[in-house]
This record gives sequence, structure tokens and C-alpha cells, in this order.
Amino acid sequence: MTALPTHTEKKLGLVIDLDTCVGCHGCVTACKGWNTQNYGTPLSDIDAYGADPHGTFLNRVFNYEVQPTDGGPSQTVHFPKSCLHCEDAPCVTVCPTGASYKRVEDGIVLVNEDRCMGCGLCAWACPYGARELDQDAGIMKKCTLCVDRIYNENLPEEDREPACVRTCPAGARHFGDLADPESDVSKLVAERGGMDLMPEQGTKPVNQYLPPRPKDTLDKTPPAALETVATEAKGFLGWLDKALEKL
Amino acid sequence: MHPAPSVIVFTSISGLGFGLFMWLGLGFPSFTGMAAFGVYFLAYALSVGGLLSSVFHLANKKNVVYAMSQWQTSWLSREGVLAVITLLAFAPMAIAQIFFASGAMNWIGPIGAALALITVFSTSMIYTQLKTVPRWNMPITPILFITYSIAGGALLSMQATVAGVLLILALAVQWAYWMMGDKRLAESGSDKGTATGLGAVGRVRMFESAHTTRNYILDEMFYKVGRKHSQKLRMISTVLAVVPVLILLLLPVSMPLAILALLVHVGAVLTSRWLFFAEAEHVVSLYYNRD
Repeated sequence: MTALPTHTEKKLGLVIDLDTCVGCHGCVTACKGWNTQNYGTPLSDIDAYGADPHGTFLNRVFNYEVQPTDGGPSQTVHFPKSCLHCEDAPCVTVCPTGASYKRVEDGIVLVNEDRCMGCGLCAWACPYGARELDQDAGIMKKCTLCVDRIYNENLPEEDREPACVRTCPAGARHFGDLADPESDVSKLVAERGGMDLMPEQGTKPVNQYLPPRPKDTLDKTPPAALETVATEAKGFLGWLDKALEKL
Repeated sequence: MHPAPSVIVFTSISGLGFGLFMWLGLGFPSFTGMAAFGVYFLAYALSVGGLLSSVFHLANKKNVVYAMSQWQTSWLSREGVLAVITLLAFAPMAIAQIFFASGAMNWIGPIGAALALITVFSTSMIYTQLKTVPRWNMPITPILFITYSIAGGALLSMQATVAGVLLILALAVQWAYWMMGDKRLAESGSDKGTATGLGAVGRVRMFESAHTTRNYILDEMFYKVGRKHSQKLRMISTVLAVVPVLILLLLPVSMPLAILALLVHVGAVLTSRWLFFAEAEHVVSLYYNRD
């Protein structure tokens, strides 16, 4: 049944640091790579070398400009967006076939591809645009939190985390159990004021976003221009300068 | 939202079919023999045709067999289950009336009528339940679907005066839905600030989208043409809604005029349903908003 569990033993999820993310799209590529070669139907590309290339991605990075209300300089914020593995996931309960479900043991929201009929209602129910219907397979694809990596004992221990987290060169992505207040991710969220996206939608997202840190306010007045230190060139350089001027 | 023809036809045509079933259940009209065959054929053709049309919307049709399994949680599942129960419930009554000219099974009628209405209600709930589409997430949405269904059913069951009055009611509900819907996105409390969580820092503007070409989300959740012409289409839908009312209430009842009224009404329902999808804003569009 696509009823949501009343309680999950763990709340595995991501913490994304909007202060640190450099917007390199490395997580997007790592995600596409892993999830095309491993669990489930591959993430297809349609018309990849043609005039209208498009494809399925489980993670996408937006860029926003924020103009602070206090009049400070505007900031560019790189904004990775993927499934937030919501506690009250609206995508799960709308599913008519029982393909969408939330796991009791770790809270991961998954799609059973053998039951999905590709109606797309779950994507309509998601406020975050986290689900994409694969245009080749006709099956709904979404972030699995790399369920085939995090428990995979064939991988070295340092690789047992989602591909996006493993690849992030800036250390802007963190993975852990957000139900455990003593976990590194929970401490990070508490320390940095982690936030929910669209809390008014009532989805109770597990993934948390760390807001950009406030910018320095020391240099309110711009520094004075530097004095000119260059003087008239002499000797060989002086001659070269004059010779080149004449050309 | 993308106004997919399969879903527009599904909601419009099956709504008409179940509307007709409701009136048949209440005994309007109560035919026997070939005449009964005619009206039941129409009711079954419209409702089953509508349901089949919805299957064209599916990207992976082989798994449609599971579609009715989640009736405890999913409105889409409930809609399927109720539709099948309603269609089966009317079968004994139809067989008795058509082949035996008998009203022995007419006791099913009121139950079937109630089931038909609940089916239309559950169709509307597939859309009404979505908090992500504020324009649909209103108590008036099921009222809109049910009013259209009952009015169209009255028209199909050839009750000129009742249909005329119900069509006026449907038009009133339609305008109320449009007026209330226009304010819904603002009322939902979702904006670019809450979507990105950056509203606390300041004014948010999209600098660069996450992708340069289209994707499933853009194809499915965005439709700008509908919004551009929405006022014109509302007027067209209104005119199309008024014509059958004038025919039904002011002119003498005749078969050709009734068919004309029906065709114009179907045009009005399709326009309205097209707008229902095309005008609906999904909150994911806030992530793509360039303003």
C-alpha cells in the first residue's frame, strides 16, 4: 500500500550547503553516471546529438541571484535540487499502482519500477520537481539516495555514500541520519540553521539546506584608489617605448 | 499544467457519461426495449470511452493492471474502482429494461445514481487533492466537476428545462471557480523566497536555469499559451455555455435542436476543461521564474 509509514527508524538524507556550493554540476554528472549504470532503468537521453536534446536527471543545479533587503551587494547562490525524501511525501500517497513507497527502515522514497504505469501523478504532487518520467522507458525516475551504494559491501567504505556526495569537490553535500540528533549532519543543521524548502506545502522534507552565511560588512566604503607608482621609463625600456610609439 | 488531450477528453466525456447514468438511475428517462438500449449504449460508450482515453496518458500501459490496487490512499485508484462498480451496478437494470421490458431491477437505480456521482467526485479529487497546484486545491473544484456532469447528463437524457437551469448553474459555478482560482497562487503562501529558502536573505531572481533545453518538468507543468489567451477563452466558453441554455429554454423541444444544444455544450465543456489544465500554475514553476 502506498500509505506512508507512521515512523521511520532512520531519516537518511542530504544536507546541502548553499554557502559552499560552487555550482560545478559535478553532482549532476556523478548522479547521472551512477544511476544510468546501476539500479533500475537507465536515465535516458533523447535526441542527444540532435537539435532538441533533452534527458532525465535526478539532480539539477539552479543559480539564483539574491538582492539583500538591507541594500548590500547581491549574491549568487548555486542551488542543487533533488528529491528531499519528505516525511509526509505527497508523491507516495497519490500513486494508484503501489509503485511509490517510503521505506520504514531508513525513510528513503523509492519507485518500484515493475509496478509504475507512468501516469505522472506523483510528479504533479511533488512541489520540488524532483521526479522525472523517463521518456524512453516510460517509468518515473527519482533520487534513490544511491540505495545501491550506501549499503553496498562490495564498495570500499568511503564510497558507501550517494554519488553526488562522494564526488562534490567543494564539500557542499553531506549525507547522514537526520533522525539522530548526535549525527554529524544533525549537528551541522543545528549549527548553521538548516531550512526546509517550501515548508508551507506541509511535506516535512528530510533533506536540509544550509543558508549562505552573511557577507562581510566591514568595507562599507570602497577603498581609495592606489597611487600611481610607475614613472617615466628610462634606459633601454625608455628607448623601446619611444621606438614602439613611432611605429 | 500541460493540457493533454487524453486527460481533457477523459474528464469531459466520462463526466457526461456518469451524469447520464445518474439521471437513468433516478428514472429520467425510464425506457424499455430499443429506446433503453439507445440511452444505456450512450451512457456506457461515454463513460468507458472516457476511461479508455485516460489510458492513452500512461507512459507504461502494461502496468495499468495495478491501477486499482491502492484505493485506500490514492484518489486515482478510487476513481477506477468506483467507475467499474458503477458500470457493473447498472448492468442488471439495463439488461432487465432492454431485453425483458421489466422494471424489476429498478431498485438498483438510486444506488447507481449515487455511485455515479461519487465516481465524478473522485475524478475531481485527483486534481483537487494536489496542494502543488493551488488553483485546483479548492473545495469548489469537485462542485464544478459534479455540476457540469449533472447538467450534461440532463441534456443527454433530454430534459430540456432541467438541463437549461442546470447549465446556468454550471456557468455560475464556472465563473466562481475562475474568480477564486485567480487569487489562489498568491494565497498559497509559496513564492520564490520559500521555494529556495532564500527569501530571508532578500529578493530572489533566477540567474541561470539548471538546464538549457526542455525537460519533463517543463513539458508537464508549464503552459504559457493558455494563460496568454485565458480571458478570451473564458468568453468563448461562456458564449458556448449560454447557447444551449437559450435553445433549451426558449425554443420548442425537437431532436435536431437538442443535438445542436448537446454539441455546443460539449464544446463549452472541452474549452472549460482545456482552461482548467492550461491555466493551472504548479508551484515548481517558482524555481524557473525569471521575474
